Amino acid sequence: MAADLQNNPALLKLREYEPEAVEDAIIFRDEVTFYIRAPFFLRVCEFLRDEPTLKFSFLADVTALDLYPQEPRFEVVYHLLSIETAQRLRLKVRVSGENPHCLTAVPVWPAANAFEREVFDLFGINFDGHPYMRRIVLPDEWEGYPLRKDYPTEGYR
Amino acid sequence: MPVTLEKIPGHDDRVILSMGPQHPSTHGVLRMVLELEGETVVRAIYDIGYLHTGFEKTFESKTYSQGIPLTDRMDYLSPLSNNLGFCMAAEKLLGLEIPPRAQWIRVLLTELTRIQSHLVWLGTHAIDLGAMSVFLYCFREREEILHIFEAISGQRMMTSYFRIGGLALEPPLGWLKGVKSIAKRFPARFDEYETLLTRNPIWLRRTQGVGYIAPQDAIAYGLSGPSLRGSGIDWDIRKKQPYSGYEKFDFKVSTRSECDVYGRYLARIEEMRQSLRIVVQAMEGLPEGPVKADAPHIVMPERESMKTSIEALIYHFKIVTEGFHPPIGEVYQAIESPRGELGFYMVSDGSPKPFRCHVRAPSFANLQALPKMIEGRLIADVVACIGTIDIVLGEVDR
Repeated sequence: MAADLQNNPALLKLREYEPEAVEDAIIFRDEVTFYIRAPFFLRVCEFLRDEPTLKFSFLADVTALDLYPQEPRFEVVYHLLSIETAQRLRLKVRVSGENPHCLTAVPVWPAANAFEREVFDLFGINFDGHPYMRRIVLPDEWEGYPLRKDYPTEGYR
Repeated sequence: MPVTLEKIPGHDDRVILSMGPQHPSTHGVLRMVLELEGETVVRAIYDIGYLHTGFEKTFESKTYSQGIPLTDRMDYLSPLSNNLGFCMAAEKLLGLEIPPRAQWIRVLLTELTRIQSHLVWLGTHAIDLGAMSVFLYCFREREEILHIFEAISGQRMMTSYFRIGGLALEPPLGWLKGVKSIAKRFPARFDEYETLLTRNPIWLRRTQGVGYIAPQDAIAYGLSGPSLRGSGIDWDIRKKQPYSGYEKFDFKVSTRSECDVYGRYLARIEEMRQSLRIVVQAMEGLPEGPVKADAPHIVMPERESMKTSIEALIYHFKIVTEGFHPPIGEVYQAIESPRGELGFYMVSDGSPKPFRCHVRAPSFANLQALPKMIEGRLIADVVACIGTIDIVLGEVDR
């Protein structure tokens, strides 16, 4: 299992390109996850999209996890797909619970636009540089962020 | 404040028009805000959330098995595809093997789901563009497929028939008779739709060159399913990352290079024919055996065995009152739903309820390409473009 991960072409290429970028790498049920250090995020995305042997040109999904009461509290999760090689890859960025914000991936994959708005809407994570950062499924005047773990699921508002 | 567009100074003759959410051709409760110059759309944005139900939050307070009926209600035109995606994500988390008979029935039923979902798409798409009779034919055929769903699960639409570890129960005796009849008669029906539309001059004028989206844009905007294949990208998860035994079936991925509404129309028509081929193969080669995995701590025991076996009774009690504990971890399971890549991202913290279950809804992603398709086109083309991306608002808003 661990040997598989060490020979993962994306990990090898990424370590060569930016040795500091990958904080941690995990493999579970044959799915590969990289934890990316936030400052490197955009460069890593561009690299993964453009590197001719990887070609992660399709952003399948963006979502987040709330690990409350841990700190850093949030993990923003990107699911990438390479149509050329039929490989999938999961990127994660850790985001602090204090004034949560991270960089947007819209310049790399325009598809991130609506997905990141959804994360903002339901988790309250701001994406710096996003072209249209406002709620998407809830009304603008909604209070709180429903998918956070400390959001009450019963009782009166 | 609802979503709106601001007028650009110096363009006083432009009109801001709100289209929907109550509009027959927005296929539910989609609202578009259009900036018009004459009849030409200059800018467009969409406004969603009218059907937001908070499914992803609800998943977190239900056990894994209790989550299945929720999935029916997202993409309500293809409930079995959603069931399949959810169950397969949970099975991947558990590392569970599914017996071949259950896999084949799953394939057969999800392909029937694909056909009936495309029939609704074709009927409503055609009626939006003025072809009334196609709608009536499509719904007539769709009803035959829904009868099969009713026979196996008791429900026409909210089936919840797939379970984690297999199927809810063995299908009733004689259910294949209906499938056989569909397999025999449907190819001629597909031809019938094509005689009504494929070379119809009005249809061609309304669809050819409309809603153009270049292949590289289709990938960049995250289009999937027939909308991606209509732009010439040969990507079908059933072929490229086979699941549930799809690698054993012989079918062609229908790819078109037109990149417009007409191309996507042809792609879906061909997809219905290919789905029918899969249905026939699954029916003819249907293996014998159990329809549930041999995993007593996950799969509900047979009712009969509970009367004679104490273990079955205990397992039943444990599953119903507590649920099962998957290992700690996370999985992303994508399947090819009729609308595109339907992904379930499931995170387990070892408890009987998912820590997080996120749905990658194909309609939600496909909708992003809509403004790009309609800007610069006539307002009548808006209706054609909404129809062509085949969105289900229950899935967009979740």
